Amino acid sequence: MSCQVSGFHATHMRLRGMIRKEWLQILRDPSSLAIAFILPLVLLLLFGYGVSLDARHIPLALVVEQPDAQTASLTGAFERSDYFTPTRFSNIQAAQLALKTHQVDGIVWLRNNFGCCLLAGDNAAIGVIVNGVNANQARITEGYIQGVWQTWLQNQSNAEGRDLPIPVTLEHRIWFNPAMRSQDFLIPGLIAVIMTLTGALLTAMVVAREWERGTMEALMVTPIRIWEILIGKLIPYFVLGMGGMLLTVAMARWQFDVPLRGSFWTLLGSSALFMLVALGMGLLISILAKSQFVAGQVAIIVTFLPAFLLSGFIFDISSMPTAVQAITHLVPARYFVAILQTLFLAGDIWPLVLANSSALLLISLIFLVLIKYKARKRLD
Amino acid sequence: MHWLHPLAVMSEVEKQVPEEHALSLREVSRTFYSGGHKITALDKVDLTIPFGKVTGLIGPDGAGKTTLMRLAAGLLLPDAGRIQVLCIDAVANPLAVQSVVGYMPQRFGLYEDLTVQENLDFYADLHGVTEKSRPDRYRELLHMTGLGPFTSRLAGRLSGGMKQKLGLACTLVSPPRLLILDEPTAGVDPVSRRELWSIVDNLVKAEGMSVLLSTAYLDEAERCAEAILLHEGKIVAQGAPADFSETMRGRVFLASQETGNKRHLQSLLTFTPGVLDALIDGERIRLIMESPDTPVPQLDGSTIEPAPPRFEDAFIAALKGKPQAGRPLAPAIQHQSTSCAEDDLVITIENVARKFGDFYAVRDISFSVRRGEIFGLLGANGAGKSTTFRMLCGLLPVSAGRLSVAGHDLRHAAARARGRIGYMAQRFSLYSNLTVLQNLHFFASTYGLRNHHRQERIRWALDAFELAPYGQSNSGEMPLGFKQRLAFACALMHEPDILFLDEPTSGVDPLARREFWQRTNTLANAGVTVLITTHFMDEANYCDRLVIMADGGILTQGTPKEIKTPFCTPEAPEPNMEETFIALIEGREQTP
Repeated sequence: MSCQVSGFHATHMRLRGMIRKEWLQILRDPSSLAIAFILPLVLLLLFGYGVSLDARHIPLALVVEQPDAQTASLTGAFERSDYFTPTRFSNIQAAQLALKTHQVDGIVWLRNNFGCCLLAGDNAAIGVIVNGVNANQARITEGYIQGVWQTWLQNQSNAEGRDLPIPVTLEHRIWFNPAMRSQDFLIPGLIAVIMTLTGALLTAMVVAREWERGTMEALMVTPIRIWEILIGKLIPYFVLGMGGMLLTVAMARWQFDVPLRGSFWTLLGSSALFMLVALGMGLLISILAKSQFVAGQVAIIVTFLPAFLLSGFIFDISSMPTAVQAITHLVPARYFVAILQTLFLAGDIWPLVLANSSALLLISLIFLVLIKYKARKRLD
Repeated sequence: MHWLHPLAVMSEVEKQVPEEHALSLREVSRTFYSGGHKITALDKVDLTIPFGKVTGLIGPDGAGKTTLMRLAAGLLLPDAGRIQVLCIDAVANPLAVQSVVGYMPQRFGLYEDLTVQENLDFYADLHGVTEKSRPDRYRELLHMTGLGPFTSRLAGRLSGGMKQKLGLACTLVSPPRLLILDEPTAGVDPVSRRELWSIVDNLVKAEGMSVLLSTAYLDEAERCAEAILLHEGKIVAQGAPADFSETMRGRVFLASQETGNKRHLQSLLTFTPGVLDALIDGERIRLIMESPDTPVPQLDGSTIEPAPPRFEDAFIAALKGKPQAGRPLAPAIQHQSTSCAEDDLVITIENVARKFGDFYAVRDISFSVRRGEIFGLLGANGAGKSTTFRMLCGLLPVSAGRLSVAGHDLRHAAARARGRIGYMAQRFSLYSNLTVLQNLHFFASTYGLRNHHRQERIRWALDAFELAPYGQSNSGEMPLGFKQRLAFACALMHEPDILFLDEPTSGVDPLARREFWQRTNTLANAGVTVLITTHFMDEANYCDRLVIMADGGILTQGTPKEIKTPFCTPEAPEPNMEETFIALIEGREQTP
């Protein structure tokens, strides 16, 4: 037939047609653009600003029973600290009431003998009460109070040349995240979670949509090959997903000031690998689910939740029970979180990057084989 | 034309695959599993369709039409048997089949967020149509479908008829040798149906294309060169439509009476021994006798004369089992009130209007419905039928005017008044992931039926609507005709004496429609008032009285005869309802 092309040209034409059609649909249907760009933005802002494992501006009650020069200098130290927002109370009862009603998270209590005991070189005790409902927060608060107190003590002894009893202090040295900003640690991991969600949702929804609207049936009766349908779906959403990924990386770098110590190209390469895994998961889900609603639900439950809980993005894997640790090996995001945290905070540590990248490559191959096996150009 | 009987012996010569067939199936079987049940969609089907002709696949819902077409398109694998499409084995080489076949699924397969042109381009890419030959082909297709002025319109914004024509154009971008169309005319307006048929006829004549199409409209079967009758996964008969009609010669009669209710005459005739089927046909009753030798029934006050047979008669005769005497098809209804004065007005509407913003969906309509009457609301989509219905059911407030149902305005009526109403919504509103039994239980409980009473009504529903074998099937997986029965059963669980039925027969096959009307008639004869909307013109004749609506107003109202009489002409002494309807619409357009 002279009006019909064949062989390689036909394949090329069909692929081009599929990709062009997907682009038109992406441009006209705001939902896929929203998944690729708005969703990452919302998640990033939510986690970047909303979730922080650092304690700042902890409301603190200061009870000074007998104000004098010593107490004034100590309370001044608390007031100058970034970690606390102190409120003064004149007696312990009022402070305890404030603690009970959650107006403050801790109490520092300087009794009326504080000043004279200090001057006399006696043991000048400070009463510290901390709200222990949130154990993590309590430990942090306690540590910060101790820190302020020690610094003050040090300054006092230096300034007055007097020998004050200084407790043994630990010398801390924190690598990779010297400022101990939890954002620096959370946001790289968050990129993995966001990419899992957008990648899986994008493909899961668009293929299921074709089933739902009955266009898949018409598509399947054309001479198109099944792998052409799959590639035609993967390429546009890969580009879209990588666009979303670049947006999150840019936000991490310039909005949240997370340092990128590794190379950008390593980041791009490993992200591309992980995007393939995420799209593959979505594609597999949509082949099995065939309705947008089910595909969306399944995508969130089997990809987003494990990526969130078991990837080491927020909960440390090495402190999980052994059985759960074993399960985390099945979560692709785990390997990508490790890569991202390394690239952002440490640099191109090749053994680590390569090991995790090979894991991702293996997983993406498994997904592609599964898809090839499951996807048939038939309706049953 | 040959009738296939289980005992008919086919010679080995006939069984060989001749090469001059566009499609041939040999001993093809296909089963599905649904909810643990095995459903046989096709059972050892043997079939050939000729080149260069339109072959119609006709059969009730669930007969296996769509399965057969999907098998032919290589979309499904048969459990057993051979399928040859244009001499290509569809099982072994589906891709080769798909490059020579054009297939339009029931939902047209259009991308609604792409424009007409983009849809065409997409399918041209998939079919490998060269860039050079595209402009000519597009021009041809756009001219043929009349879509030329709309190339930049999104497919989702086209009317139903235009979507259907675009769907057809997309399957034709690379001219297929075999065109398979799955119910292309379902739910499309009469004008578009006519246009689609002229396109198909032209393709066959000009390009020698072979066409296989399925349809639920029996009048369309007569336009096919050959018709295949499929029932419960088996081929019942195949042949020219005229041959089908010919087998009915001597078995078809028209009964008429001077006075009295034609519905009464119909039910009387239905249960007369020897009568296979009795259907209201215009102002008379069309009778199909069990055999040409059966004596014609003699009834006082009515005349019965022979009539020329139609394809529909053969279809009904082939598929219909005689309802057993003693077990009435329709349910028994016990009445709360037995005062059945004929002029007892149950529903009255006075000068009712309904506005949405500036737009009048319904304007100044008045009519009333008597007890035990079947009252029809007829009109095209958007005429205001559904709005009127919703106001009557109390789902929408009126903007002006007064209405009452059984003496109440249902918007403010007590639960007791609502308990007298049965409502069957458009598209049946069943819970598709609940089984038949679960649906019945649910609807029975919403009407407050308890324990023993509920059990009894559910048993009644399963029995009267022949749903017992499907008790455990998910209602979403049943054919439309069964869904309709189930929805009807659910609306009748609490024995209402007023029934609102919104498009109950839409998309349902002729057999199921017949059964539905038989049940409705029996209900009306028992004193139940029925208000029904429909867009099937022939169904208007089944109503005692009706209104025809257009653009929110009433064009005319009365009995079917009163409505048709003004349009009698010497050339057409007996206009049918469709002709009357078109004449009414045209008349209105001429006098603004």
